[in-house]
Amino acid sequence: MSNTNGNTTNIVLAGLGGQGVIRAADILAEAAFLAGVDVKQSELHGMSQRGGSVTSDVRFGSEVLSPMVPPGEADFLLVLHPTQTENNIHQLREGGVLINTTAIIGDGQDLAVLDQDATPLTSRNFNVGLLGLLSAHFSFPEDAWVKAIHAHLPEKLHQQNEQAFAFGKSLAGK
Amino acid sequence: MCTEKQLLSGNEAVALAALHAGVALGVGYPGTPSTEILERLSQIGGKAQWAPNEKVAMEVGIGAAFAGARVLVTMKHVGVNVAADPLFTMAYTGVKGGMVFVSADDPGMVSSQNEQDNRRYAKASGVMMLEPADPQEAYEYTRLGMELCETWQLPVMLRMTTRVCHSKSIVVPAPPSEPVIAQRFDKDPHTYVMVPAFARPAHRRLREKLEKIKEWNESAAINRIVEGDASLGIVTSGVCYLHVREAAPEAKVLKLALTHPLPVEKIRAFAASVDRCLVVEENDPYLVESLRTAGIPCDGKREMYRFGELNVGRVQRIIADDASPEPAPARGKPPQLCQGCPHRTAFAVLKKFDCVAVGDIGCYTLSVLPPFETMDTCVCMGASISAGLGMRHVLPDDEARRIVSVIGDSTFMHSGLTGIADMVYNPPKTGHVVIILDNETTAMTGMQEHPGTGRALDHSRSGKVVIEDVARAMGLTNVVVTTTAAEFKKALAFALNTNELSLIIMRRVCRLAENKIKAYEAALETCNE
Repeated sequence: MSNTNGNTTNIVLAGLGGQGVIRAADILAEAAFLAGVDVKQSELHGMSQRGGSVTSDVRFGSEVLSPMVPPGEADFLLVLHPTQTENNIHQLREGGVLINTTAIIGDGQDLAVLDQDATPLTSRNFNVGLLGLLSAHFSFPEDAWVKAIHAHLPEKLHQQNEQAFAFGKSLAGK
Repeated sequence: MCTEKQLLSGNEAVALAALHAGVALGVGYPGTPSTEILERLSQIGGKAQWAPNEKVAMEVGIGAAFAGARVLVTMKHVGVNVAADPLFTMAYTGVKGGMVFVSADDPGMVSSQNEQDNRRYAKASGVMMLEPADPQEAYEYTRLGMELCETWQLPVMLRMTTRVCHSKSIVVPAPPSEPVIAQRFDKDPHTYVMVPAFARPAHRRLREKLEKIKEWNESAAINRIVEGDASLGIVTSGVCYLHVREAAPEAKVLKLALTHPLPVEKIRAFAASVDRCLVVEENDPYLVESLRTAGIPCDGKREMYRFGELNVGRVQRIIADDASPEPAPARGKPPQLCQGCPHRTAFAVLKKFDCVAVGDIGCYTLSVLPPFETMDTCVCMGASISAGLGMRHVLPDDEARRIVSVIGDSTFMHSGLTGIADMVYNPPKTGHVVIILDNETTAMTGMQEHPGTGRALDHSRSGKVVIEDVARAMGLTNVVVTTTAAEFKKALAFALNTNELSLIIMRRVCRLAENKIKAYEAALETCNE
């Protein structure tokens, strides 16, 4: 498990309003909670729901203080929209890990290509796929992730999101 | 009721606390970042309702607390402006049942028109103020607030900020208490009827109460000292406490909970125990001014840190008294009207007419941005109608005819009706044109119901205020309901060229709300069968 800023792991999630950034952060924070560590999640929404840039911070460790990742101290930056890496990259600390849509669609801008390919990832569930990729860096038990996915998505979507998560996780190290 | 530890936002924690405290009613008006409190309260089994505006919400709250029940009132910071009239006098009357009202402030203006610091309201009106740092404290202080209110018969303002409302962390709830059931209103005109003869002693009673509460607060355990290196002592409250602990883990810290009335002697003793006493607070220098008035030497933050919210990095700069320019915030993608949004249709027409659009608060305010650039003013809820009338009164006729007031349906219910009364009472000689963009929901804050939707907070069937009927009854002579661009265009062309008092309603449901509303109505149909 990453352990850079004291004993707190800092993740910034970024994307556009309506894309599910907050939902992805909810799943991540819930998984940390179920894994038994202290966790804080912080988000800014409101005007940003109308298609504007949205970010959410998730921090976990033995004791988390501020709910916000200090500027430039993200250990992980998870970017859910191809256009949103550049304006968020300053949040990543030196040596931090960037996970963005390049991992699943290369340099492309159009996430709809996921709907045509043979992977379990679609333009609707790839957020959870990228969480799977991120999860390879942490030691949360598998069932914490499964329960977190179940807690934040409707039942009919559970199976395909679990598959997306597993597929994302399998991309780690590739 | 669940008392297991859980991951909750500050808003969810307030709702759970209200339920556990046995509140009889939660009432408010939607406004980011406060909206989710009442929605959650309703979802977990409490009684919650939307009022047409914050003044009404506060007054419903006063009535419930006069009757002896516990009540939660919620609003965003600018909502307290609307509710300020009852606020100042309810501090005189006091209340019988526990009354906590949430002021959800928005440092940095994530989704607000100003960043006013409502701690000033607690001091100005004389109510008590609690400032939670995180969801756990939001839970505890909501319940504590009910108890303090009942002890001192004085309402409590729970002053939250966006970061407290919308951050999630682990909350360990306490066992629920028995609900307080209101039985009867006990008549006591000297307390509850604020004619001057009764209000004069009531003001003195308020000041005496505040003296006693201050004495209690001096030794209250909720104001905590975190021991540390006495070379730096930091006085702080709310979420700033968490930033401070991370930015300066070695420092000695006085974390204040009840910040009105302040425990001045406790702060004085703390300041005397450290080499340098620094106050860390967001926005206004509320604490700094209070300390200095009391003759307690302290450092505050530079003016540059008054703007926007604080974080660990900015607190480090405040501690170091760093005056160097801060890095400019990254420019993200700005929000915009959704694809398929009915407001787009209306603004495309307005743009062609080259109107001056005196605007209001809601999604439609986004039309100020490209590609429309058709919103010319936006001040506060309801100002579109009244400010539009002001322009019509003073401009030459040909310019006056360009003025239209643009307001949404929920905002109209909130503060538009009095504007219509003025329009009928003081008609400009060129008449006036009010456009209501009726998307059948309170869209901006997340699609809440309002008195014009015919559904209550929990989406059950309620009474319905029909905008066009009200407008006609109030005396508007040209009231038209349109649903298409062509109809809207025709109605606008006619209205702009008459001296009549016109109301054009453009009624098309919000694209985001459309399916939800269909589902609510389908569920109501099933209930009726």
